[in-house]
Amino acid sequence: MIRFILVRFAGMILVVFIVSVLTFGIFQLAPLLSHTSPVYYYTGKVPYPPGSPQLQALIHRFGFDQPIPVQYWQFLTGIFGKTITDGTSAPVQCPFPCFGYSFRQNDLVSTLIGNAWPVTLSLCIGAAILWLVGGVLVGTFSGLKPGSFVDRAGMTGALAAVSLPIFFTGPVLLLLFVYTLGWLPGTGYVPLTTDPLGWFESMLLPWVSLAFIFAALYARLTRSNMIETMGEDYIRTARAKGLDRRTIVVKHGLRAALTPIVTIFGIDFGTLIGSTVITESVFNLRGLGYLSIQSVRQQDLPVILGVTIVAAVALVIANFIVDVLYAVIDPRVTV
Amino acid sequence: MASTTPAPAVATARDAELFLSVEDLKVHFPTEDGLVKSVDGLSFELRRGEILGIVGESGSGKSVTAQAILGLHKGSRARISGHIWLDGRDLVPLSDEEMRGVRGSEIAMIFQDPLSSLHPFYTIGDQIAEAYRVHNKVSAREARARTIEMLEKVGIPNAPGRVDDYPHQFSGGMRQRAMIAMALICQPKLLIADEPTTALDVTVQAQILELIKDLRDELNSAVILITHDLGVVAETCDHVVVMYGGQCVEKGSVDDVFELPEMPYTWGLLGSMPRMDRVRQERLTPIPGQPPSLINVPTGCVFNTRCRFSDHVEGRRCFTEHPQLLPTAPGHEVRCHIEPEERRRLFELEIKPKL
Amino acid sequence: MTTTSAAPGAATPPAGAPLLEVRDVRKHFPGRSAGLFGRRGNPVKAVDGVSFALHQGETLGLVGESGCGKSTTGRVIAKLIEPTSGSIRFQGKEIADLSTGQMRPLRREVQMIFQDPYSSLNPRHTIGTIVGSPFRIQGAHPEGGIKKAVQGLMERVGLNPEHYNRYPHEFSGGQRQRIGIARALALRPQLIVCDEPVSALDVSVQAQVVNLLEDLQNEFGLAYVFIAHDLSVVRHISDRVAVMYLGKIMEITDRDTLYEAPMHPYTHALLSAVPIPDPTVEARRERILLTGDLPSPSNPPSGCVFHTRCPKYRDQLSDGERERCRTEEPVLEDKRPGQSVYCHFAEVRSDIIDGEAPAPRSTGIREVIRKTAAGAPGTGIE
Ligand SMILES: Nc1ncnc2c1ncn2[C@@H]1O[C@H](COP(=O)(O)OP(=O)(O)OP(=O)(O)O)[C@@H](O)[C@H]1O
Ligand SMILES: Nc1ncnc2c1ncn2[C@@H]1O[C@H](COP(=O)(O)OP(=O)(O)OP(=O)(O)O)[C@@H](O)[C@H]1O
Ligand code: SF4
Ligand code: SF4
Ligand SMILES: [Mg+2]
Ligand SMILES: [Mg+2]
Repeated sequence: MIRFILVRFAGMILVVFIVSVLTFGIFQLAPLLSHTSPVYYYTGKVPYPPGSPQLQALIHRFGFDQPIPVQYWQFLTGIFGKTITDGTSAPVQCPFPCFGYSFRQNDLVSTLIGNAWPVTLSLCIGAAILWLVGGVLVGTFSGLKPGSFVDRAGMTGALAAVSLPIFFTGPVLLLLFVYTLGWLPGTGYVPLTTDPLGWFESMLLPWVSLAFIFAALYARLTRSNMIETMGEDYIRTARAKGLDRRTIVVKHGLRAALTPIVTIFGIDFGTLIGSTVITESVFNLRGLGYLSIQSVRQQDLPVILGVTIVAAVALVIANFIVDVLYAVIDPRVTV
Repeated sequence: MASTTPAPAVATARDAELFLSVEDLKVHFPTEDGLVKSVDGLSFELRRGEILGIVGESGSGKSVTAQAILGLHKGSRARISGHIWLDGRDLVPLSDEEMRGVRGSEIAMIFQDPLSSLHPFYTIGDQIAEAYRVHNKVSAREARARTIEMLEKVGIPNAPGRVDDYPHQFSGGMRQRAMIAMALICQPKLLIADEPTTALDVTVQAQILELIKDLRDELNSAVILITHDLGVVAETCDHVVVMYGGQCVEKGSVDDVFELPEMPYTWGLLGSMPRMDRVRQERLTPIPGQPPSLINVPTGCVFNTRCRFSDHVEGRRCFTEHPQLLPTAPGHEVRCHIEPEERRRLFELEIKPKL
Repeated sequence: MTTTSAAPGAATPPAGAPLLEVRDVRKHFPGRSAGLFGRRGNPVKAVDGVSFALHQGETLGLVGESGCGKSTTGRVIAKLIEPTSGSIRFQGKEIADLSTGQMRPLRREVQMIFQDPYSSLNPRHTIGTIVGSPFRIQGAHPEGGIKKAVQGLMERVGLNPEHYNRYPHEFSGGQRQRIGIARALALRPQLIVCDEPVSALDVSVQAQVVNLLEDLQNEFGLAYVFIAHDLSVVRHISDRVAVMYLGKIMEITDRDTLYEAPMHPYTHALLSAVPIPDPTVEARRERILLTGDLPSPSNPPSGCVFHTRCPKYRDQLSDGERERCRTEEPVLEDKRPGQSVYCHFAEVRSDIIDGEAPAPRSTGIREVIRKTAAGAPGTGIE
């Protein structure tokens, strides 16, 4: 088991490394392709005319005249802390984890991300709980009696939910509960630490609208897994033992039916962290999705680089947890 | 010597109390294509300490019968009629919940494929102990001790070290032993084994059959052994029911049925298997044609589409009149319109020399 | 370790060079890692030094317990997997270490039929597509087009050619097995490896498929390697039979000798375990039960690999003889003309199947071989 975890862990680091190389490569390519000085992408302005010695000095200071591998190395070691200066303003101390400084937003990339990720994480975790509970419940009851009224109602609902995109459900929910009924406060994020209730109220609608679409997918998945599992020979064995229905369904059926869902959940959750853009914009939440959209619009490369790496790490960690979990759940997986 | 074998063993067994008696059992499944008559009017009886073999080709209703006895169709769309008397109680009208107390404790079942019949996520020990704890109020420790004892009894080497293994860590033969241990842990009075050795090779099959016989002797249980291997029946069983198209077409003691089978389907079954104990034939003789549809069961004899002896019956009775299951010798019943003397003559002249 | 004679158990080979000659073939799978920081375990010796020869139109039966390496042997011969070592000569040509590309023209000569007639057919493809796929893969253009060729094949194996566009699930088990056979036949192979082709079928359907295989053999001069654990079927279909245990051949000889005068204790146990559909015979037969499970092929016992379960070792041998079984590995060698056996103390037994020894035949097969002659010290050491 430890060996398995170590191997997976090494794989994880490798993936993050590759992602960082790729994003770093894009960082290198962008100035080349647009024939702009890298200084522009880095600071958002080119303070001196091209070819002037001051610009050369600035390029030298940022290290853009170094060979690319050296620059990558500096970027990597820089993550563990460095001092940043554009030569015009006061130098900034950038501690670990340092992804550079956004001259557009006048803040450390790590600070920007640090402000954004609790929003995204709150959004994702809450939505995940909602869609897991909802999807699995509906799916289980549908799958136990396929063709019954419960099943048909559940699956019709799921079909409807799948076909409703967030940019539709989100505004509708807002309109209904905030603007018409006034049951919930308006959009925007309230930090959990300052006001738990406010946090909950502010997140409820984003959770629901995000969970909606996933819950529908999970309901359908659980249902088909459940139908398959309940037809397995070992369920027949469980019945032949004289077990009661609840034990059969919960202990023997659900356990097996949910195992594949664990995998899919891990991947979905990991992916979601980097892709809550629409939900965040609809509900005016300044999370990672919002941050990345904003930095793309402003061509703010350090932020894009930082967000990409954070999203990759999240995805990889989620996958790692799933793999370990899977090996724990399914004894047949040799570790 | 062949026709009349009033074996004293049969006579004494007859005096013993009937333990299981299936009367006119029908199991029909309504489907989109029509009503599937998987079992249609099956009757047989069984005493304690006896092993009854049920043979027949794939789809003849063997497994459906077994599952009906265990009440596994309850809660499904299956329509069941007739009686299943177990120790004087009729199981057919019982509800699923009432049947739960019978399953595992009074009737236990083992299935064909031991790997898929065991839950992949729980240890062998857990699964066996669970079967014990449903019907006995004991602590987990006691159940575990009993489980180890059972595993030892069915011949798992180093049972205390293997109880915590998962099914995939057992070999095929060991898995089937574990299934048997699970089935027998509550000392059921009736054990149903549905093709317990079909997935296993001959050496393991021999071990498992030996084990079933030993346990029958020890617990004096009744056993129903479902198989399509006539060799297994000859080796293990006391009585045999030959099923075809959801009906019993011949039944009797194993000695009688193998010595003097009288139903053309039984002849076909015996004739189609290659036999190691006979001179090798150039060609095998399969039963021509396909098994009957269970939705549109042929009128007359179920076997008439494939029977080459229907011209031994006057008129076209084979195609118009459903033959009754009639006794031909004490304890030996046959469903065929051909006169008994004629059947015996046909067997001696045409069938036996070719077996 | 292996006999130097090219084809064990082939004393009277049919005239001409063998179609297939397998010599000392091994297939070792990499072992699983065990424990915490465990290193790779021992390799799984699925096939460990198998040699035999097969002539055109001949059937070699391959029997043995589950896990003894029958399927692996079949897959190595069909070159679906690469042997770890050893030589496979097909039509005199060494094919053991041909690359996939070099194998390509030979692929059509060797085909395989699998046990499970359902899972080996793609449920989304029609029968026409399935049976025609070998033509497409090999880029062959049969006369009159693929469809006509496929329908001809379907007719030959007893399927209705009108069912060309049906899907596998619309067929019964026996019919599905015919589809597999039609596919294997498409390119007119010389050799078909049949891996338990009838094990999943009930007796009546099994008889149909066995008859079909025999007819096709007569018609096309096919050679079969027929893998099964039903020894009655193997006796019916085979010309020669090899008994395998733990990746090795225990005994290989012609069919009649194997069933009437088997010499290896394992063969005795296997044959005695087959139930016979006759209660009177059953009553007088001795059943030689093997105790325990098959040892792990990654860690086979020392000396004779069968000694941990050998009934003879357990019940009949002296301590000195046992010592020999434990320390010295027997070789597969002719103990009698045309009968190769891997055992120091091989001995003919003729009472296994019937429970009593039949009257000796005039052919002289049952001449008594003295125990000592078979196991004389000095033989079998290399
Ligand atoms: N739930 C069901 N609904 C509809 N038909 C069914 C159902 N269960 C079984 N059948 C049908 O009943 C018939 C008898 O099936 P059964 O499983 O008893 O055959 P069997 O004799 O056990 O065959 P095998 O040797 O292949 O196990 C088959 O034709 C099968 O298709
Ligand atoms: N790909 C593989 N990797 C590791 N071990 C393998 C592999 N394939 C087969 N084995 C092992 O090799 C041995 C021989 O397997 P093989 O499938 O050849 O047996 P078999 O005689 O065909 O058995 P059966 O009658 O069950 O089909 C077994 O112990 C098996 O676990
Ligand atoms: S009743 Fe007629 S069709 Fe049926 S088995 Fe007898 S002879 Fe054959
Ligand atoms: S060599 Fe010894 S152990 Fe091996 S088969 Fe012969 S008698 Fe048995
Ligand atoms: Mg069945
Ligand atoms: Mg195999």
